[in-house]
Amino acid sequence: MVVLDDTFPGLAPFVDEQVDEAAARRTLREQIARLERQLADAVVAAFPQTRLELRPAGGGGGPRMLSLGELETQRDALQERLRQVRGVLESRGAEVERNRILLERMLLEPKRYKFARLHRADVDMGGCGAWQVRPRLGLIGMMMGWWQVKLSSGCPLAT
Amino acid sequence: MTEPELGWIDPQVAEEFPKLRLWHLTVAARDQPSPPELRERLRLLSDRFHGARAIAMRREPVPHAYRVFFRHIGIDPDDERTPIEAAALARLKHGGFRSIGLLADALLLAVVETGVPVWALDDERVSGGLGIRPAGPAERLGRDELGPDVRPGRLVVADDGVPLAELFGEVAPGHGVTQVTTTMRLFSVQAPGVPGIHVEEALWTCTEALDTT
Repeated sequence: MVVLDDTFPGLAPFVDEQVDEAAARRTLREQIARLERQLADAVVAAFPQTRLELRPAGGGGGPRMLSLGELETQRDALQERLRQVRGVLESRGAEVERNRILLERMLLEPKRYKFARLHRADVDMGGCGAWQVRPRLGLIGMMMGWWQVKLSSGCPLAT
Repeated sequence: MTEPELGWIDPQVAEEFPKLRLWHLTVAARDQPSPPELRERLRLLSDRFHGARAIAMRREPVPHAYRVFFRHIGIDPDDERTPIEAAALARLKHGGFRSIGLLADALLLAVVETGVPVWALDDERVSGGLGIRPAGPAERLGRDELGPDVRPGRLVVADDGVPLAELFGEVAPGHGVTQVTTTMRLFSVQAPGVPGIHVEEALWTCTEALDTT
């Protein structure tokens, strides 16, 4: 039987001991710059409705020239932070989507959502108003089943 | 006032950051209380600067370049703020840019208007040109014997003899501008990706403000 992947005894595996670490560091710096840009975009996109906790990755070794390993660690930490931020934004997006559907349903069939209340912030809208399902004409409306959605008048006046 | 001069960069640092620059110039000026025009300028600047701008700033080219450079030299900008973000944070905390004195106000004005930080040294205590290099073993910040130690390898702004400040850090004790200073050495660090014209503008803004007395 012939073994096809047998190694040639005369040929040792080629290992370049003079690895160009400077080029690797340059690439890592480019990756860090790209991740920083994406993180900034995510933070700005989240403002002001979603609160993001940007905990520093730590280190605090002061300004210095980073080694390949340190750059890799930093790139990985930044990537992880970006992943967390995107996770928060995604779940917030899903929540807003659910709230928008709820609002549409409240507007279509107020009777089914008695006293339900949704703030403008819940559907990623600015301002301080809130939609609330309330009975028309108070108690009479409650007894007659006359329900409506009212939008409150906005932010309280500054005192 | 002299023309802005390019400082030296240690070859090892220049190899890693070929676009890093340090600019410095000498200004004959004294630190004193800010004139009313400068205080008014800061007040107007405060009105233009809000929370939303402070958040969105990290996407603007110049503040972004400093954030990236901070990361490249091992500083987390969410932990130790870049100079422009530190100024923005102080503005939000205090409800306005607070006037401290002529020099502090001029430096603040430069960083807020251009995004580029400027520092000042007492020129009489600077020997030769300024530059950026890694600190050597057993070095101290400044010429005073009681100056704080600098860890070897830290990037510092130095003159021909000693480190005068860590990069983006406070200047060494005894080397800052005082009441008796007659000539200041202003310097600015141009992070890779920051156009030279912004640095020039920052230094010009600062000298112009110092000239308002």
